[in-house]
Amino acid sequence: MKSSRRKFLKIAGVSALGLGAKPVLDVLASSGEHEATSTPEIKKGKDALTAKRWAMVVDTRKIESEEDLKPIIEACHKIHNVPDLENKNHEIKWIWAEEFQHGFSTQEYEFADERVKHLPFLTLCNHCENAACVRVCPTKATFKREDGIVLMDFHRCIGCRFCMAACPYGSRSFNFRDPRPFIKETNPEFPTRTKGVVEKCNFCAERLAVGKLPACVEASNGVLTFGDLDDPESEVRKLLKTNYAIRRKPALGAGPSVFYII
Amino acid sequence: MTNNKKIYDKGMVIIGLCIFVVVITFPFWFNFGNAAPAPEPKIADKAKAAKECVRPKAFMKVEHMQILNEWRDTVVRDAKRIYVNSSGKEFNMSLTNTCLDCHTEKAEFCDKCHDYASVSPYCWECHIDPKETK
Ligand code: HEC
Ligand code: HEC
Ligand code: HEC
Repeated sequence: MKSSRRKFLKIAGVSALGLGAKPVLDVLASSGEHEATSTPEIKKGKDALTAKRWAMVVDTRKIESEEDLKPIIEACHKIHNVPDLENKNHEIKWIWAEEFQHGFSTQEYEFADERVKHLPFLTLCNHCENAACVRVCPTKATFKREDGIVLMDFHRCIGCRFCMAACPYGSRSFNFRDPRPFIKETNPEFPTRTKGVVEKCNFCAERLAVGKLPACVEASNGVLTFGDLDDPESEVRKLLKTNYAIRRKPALGAGPSVFYII
Repeated sequence: MTNNKKIYDKGMVIIGLCIFVVVITFPFWFNFGNAAPAPEPKIADKAKAAKECVRPKAFMKVEHMQILNEWRDTVVRDAKRIYVNSSGKEFNMSLTNTCLDCHTEKAEFCDKCHDYASVSPYCWECHIDPKETK
């Protein structure tokens, strides 16, 4: 009896050692052998701009009329092949001019400055912290990226339009018809969309990936500032620290990432 | 009772059977020897100059749709746009800006093969063949 228990413990000990050694052996076995036929690797571009939470600040003090917004809107719509549809019901927009009382819930800002009330406001997808569109999308076509961008994967969009119903800012447009005939000058580098999908601003994900700021920011002559909300030293944080800024419909708790200095 | 196994109207029945067989096999012998030859996809000059595809040719032939599938997911969903193949060469993972940059003749390459195989990828409803926009 005594000796067999001793034996049992010995065997158990050796077995445990053997199990523990397996991962080590695996590592030894794998190194060296596969070096020659390394599998393809996928990575970010070396110039890619990254952040924890991308945000935009619109300095409305630098805007006088809708004329000031036109080049900004055009820059975006041109590179993203956004069609120009006459029919207002079919309109596609990524970034557009909105009247104050439409863009901002009026109660909070009922007694705002007259100048502000009559300004055209530049509006776009707010890339919300708690985006309703992300929650309602049944296919995860709309999702939140690690850097805070609320992005659409057009390959998954089934055109159900739940996201349009959920978005409190009207940031999304539906393609009721083939957009291609209505694109004046096609940019071959960026895909168009097709009939039956929803679309919206992508914070220029394709430009950030190669180290460029969003096209609207580049074309804005300093009206727009883009940066990382999570970084206290970023341009956007500096602006927000020293200026009074509002967001659209804050009471909803969506947490927009687009700020307006008024 | 006699064991009479005679077929009535034997001649007519046999002619009928022959016609039946001929009609039923018509598609086979009509197309005999006419099978469309598999097309030879035309490698555009720009691709020729590069010599090699993203992966070896045999792999590309059967797996290119898998590569594209992987590319679109990682580009859009993981924000990674650079593909390093096994010989260390880097590619921007883009259908129009990379595949069609080498395979400049989409009609003579992708389409020719797809027509033969009866596949029509819907990608071109959105992705652009630079040739067609001019
Ligand atoms: C750097 C230029 C280059 C790029 C980029 C490129 N190819 Fe190729 N591709 C080639 C060349 C060259 C060949 C012929 C290879 C050979 O003959 O060994 C080829 C062959 C192929 C073949 C096989 C053709 C056949 O005759 O069977 C397919 C399919 C293919 N490529 C698809 C693609 C796809 C899809 C992409 C984008 C993911 C792509 N290629 C990107 C250069 C390129
Ligand atoms: C050698 C012939 C050949 C060439 C060249 C070729 N393809 Fe294909 N491709 C096929 C075949 C065959 C299929 C269908 C495979 C299947 O259904 O399993 C296919 C399928 C696809 C699919 C998936 C379609 C679907 O509906 O699932 C895509 C996307 C695709 N090809 C893109 C390309 C592009 C882009 C090029 C040109 C750069 C190209 N192919 C060139 C033979 C080819
Ligand atoms: C509804 C429109 C639409 C359709 C249909 C579509 N795509 Fe895309 N695709 C896009 C958009 C928009 C992007 C984002 C481009 C970017 O961010 O640079 C994209 C990105 C991609 C990318 C990475 C970036 C690039 O420039 O190519 C790949 C690869 C891709 N798609 C492959 C495909 C393939 C393969 C198909 C067909 C099986 C397809 N797509 C069908 C709209 C579409």
